[in-house]
Amino acid sequence: MSKIVDKILTVASVQLPVDEELKIKKHRIMPFDSDAKLLEKHGRRISIVTGIHGDELEGQYVCFELSRRISEHPEYLKGVVDIYPAMNPFGIDNITRGIPAFDLDMNRIFPGNHNGDMNEHIAAEIIKDIEGTSLCLDIHASNIFLTEVPQIRINTLHKDKLVPIAMKSNVDFIWVHGASTVLESTLAYSLNSRGINTLVVEMGVGMRITKEYGDQLVDGIFSLMKDMEIWSGEVSEVRRPILSNDESGNDVYYLNAPFSGIFLKEKNHGCIVKKGDIIGRIVDPLSGRLLCEITAPGDGWLFTIREYPVVEDGSLMGRILKHTEVQA
Amino acid sequence: MKSEILYKIDGLYRDDFRVRGYRFGKGEKSVCIMGSMRGNEFQQIYVCSQLIQKLKHLEEKGRIKSRILVIPCGNPYSVNVKKRFWTIDNTDINRMFPGYSLGETTQRIAAGIFENIKDYKYGIQFASFYMPGDFVPQVRVMKTGSEDVELAKKFGLPYVVLHNPRPFDTATLNYNWQIWETAAFSLYTTSTSAIDKTSAKQAVDAVLNFLSKQGIIEYKGYEGYISRVVENSDLVNVRTACAGFFEKLVSAGEKVEKGRLLAKIADPYTAEIRQEIISPIDGIVAFSHNEIMAYQNTAVYKLIVEDDVI
Repeated sequence: MSKIVDKILTVASVQLPVDEELKIKKHRIMPFDSDAKLLEKHGRRISIVTGIHGDELEGQYVCFELSRRISEHPEYLKGVVDIYPAMNPFGIDNITRGIPAFDLDMNRIFPGNHNGDMNEHIAAEIIKDIEGTSLCLDIHASNIFLTEVPQIRINTLHKDKLVPIAMKSNVDFIWVHGASTVLESTLAYSLNSRGINTLVVEMGVGMRITKEYGDQLVDGIFSLMKDMEIWSGEVSEVRRPILSNDESGNDVYYLNAPFSGIFLKEKNHGCIVKKGDIIGRIVDPLSGRLLCEITAPGDGWLFTIREYPVVEDGSLMGRILKHTEVQA
Repeated sequence: MKSEILYKIDGLYRDDFRVRGYRFGKGEKSVCIMGSMRGNEFQQIYVCSQLIQKLKHLEEKGRIKSRILVIPCGNPYSVNVKKRFWTIDNTDINRMFPGYSLGETTQRIAAGIFENIKDYKYGIQFASFYMPGDFVPQVRVMKTGSEDVELAKKFGLPYVVLHNPRPFDTATLNYNWQIWETAAFSLYTTSTSAIDKTSAKQAVDAVLNFLSKQGIIEYKGYEGYISRVVENSDLVNVRTACAGFFEKLVSAGEKVEKGRLLAKIADPYTAEIRQEIISPIDGIVAFSHNEIMAYQNTAVYKLIVEDDVI
C-alpha cells in the first residue's frame, strides 16, 4: 500500500472574544516523501474550495468523496490535493449565506487585506495559501431559491484560458458571462487575475446535497487531475458540456415573477422546453386564485428552476438557454 | 408638501411595499434627499423626518424656490421586521443601483427609486457604514472624476472625506448619481441604529445651509464649520490586537494626543486587560467602534491626523 501525506492544516486563524478561535482549515493530501513546492512548480497542485456561502452545501459531499476516493487508491496520487471545505465556518454553522455578525458576503471581500479587519485578513490569508496552485475549483450551490444543473461560470475576461479546462470537468453547461465590476471582489476573480486558473462551479440548490451531482463533479475533478498528472489511475469519460458565450447577455431568457405569490413549478431543471410550455404557476393561497402561468418565452433548455416557493415581484423563477445556443 | 408613492410592490401576505416621497416646491428638480435604505438605519429616517418638518414650514412661508424631494426610507419592509437587508434574500438595495426594472426584486426597487431621483441636480444620501460605530459628522464624496469638493464644503460639516470607489461601490446610489451627472454627497451623522438628536439637528442644519447657499431655499440659519477636507486613505486606523469586551474611553469627534489611552480590551471571563489601545498620533477621532464586543484586527478607531488638511 502506497503511503500518502494526509494532514489537516490551518490556513488562517483569529481569536474570538469569548473563549473560541476561528480557524479556516484545509485537508492536504500528497504522495509520501515528496516535495510539495516541487510538485507545485511542475503544475501538480489542485485546490478545491467551497463553503464561501454558508448555505451552499453541495461542495461538502464533493470534498468528502474526493478524499475518500483518493484514500482508496493512494498509489495513483502524483501531486498535491488541497481541500478547503469551509471558507466561512460561521456561515455554515449558522445556516447563513454571508458571514454572521458582520452581515457580509464573503465573496465580495477578496483579495482581502492582511492588515485589514478580521474578515479581510482571513480573505488575504486564504489567497496567500491558494497561491501556487495550478487549478482551483470554487464550488457553489446557487442559493436556497434556485436549483441549477452542474455548470461552470466564466468571466469573459478569462475565457481563453478557462474554457478549455472547463470542457474537461464533466459539467453539463459552461456559461461565459460579461465582465462586471462588482464581481472583481470574488475569490475567483482575484485568483484568476493573479494567474491562478479558477473555475466557479454552480450546481444543485442551497441547504441540500445532490449526491448525483457531487459524483458527477468528482468524476470531473479526477479527469482534470489526470490531465494535470496529479492522478495516474483510470478516470471516467467526461460528458461534453453545452457552451454559451453569453458576453452580450442575450443567450438566456430570465423568468422573473410578475406577481408576489406562491410558485408551483411544472418543469424540472435540465429539461428541453418549447415556446409556450408552462414552467410553473403563481398562485394566491389566501384567495385561492391563480395569479398567472409562467410560460417559456421561446424554445430552449431550462437550466435553472426556482425551488423556494415564495416569490415576490421580480423573483427569479428560472433561466432558459435559448434553443439556438443549445443547438450550437 | 405633497406625499406620493414613488414605487410599489404588491405584497402576498404583507401590506404592499411602498417607497414614499415628500415633494416641496415647483420647477427645476434641484435636490433629492434619500434616507434609510437598510432596516437598521433609524437615524437616517429620523433626520429626514426633521428635515421634512423644516421644509414644510419653509414652503408655507413661500421660501422654497425649486423642487425638492425627500425620501425618508427606501426599504420599509426591512425596517418593520428589524432586518438590515432585504427580507427574503438578504440583498442590499444600496448595492443594486442603477437597478434593473426587469430584474430581481431589489434590482427592481433600486430601478424604481432611481427612475424618480436620477434627474435632480443635487443628491444627498444619509448613509451608514458597514462597520458598527459612531462618526464625527462628515460629508463623504466618492472620487469618480465628477466629484465637486467645493460644493461638499458648503454643508458646513466639520469634515469632507474623499474616498476612492471600491468594486462594490459602483452599485451604490452615490456612485450612480454621479455617473448620471447628479452632484452626490453622502452625509454621515453620529449614529445609525440609535437616534442621536444632536447630530441629527446638525445634519438638518447642514442640508438647509447647503440648500440656502445654492439658492434652493431662503433660509438664514447656523453657518456651520469651515470644513476640513481629508482623504479616507489618510485616516489612521487603530486596530485591536486581541478580541474581547471593548471599553470605549474616547468618542467620535474628540481630540486626542499621541499616547492617549483610547480603549481597553478585556477578557470577558476574568476581566483581565488583554490590550490597552493607545493613540499612535495627535488627531481627531473620526470613527469609533460602539459595540460591546470587538473582534481581532478590528479598526476600532479611525483618526484624522491633526495637520492633515488638503
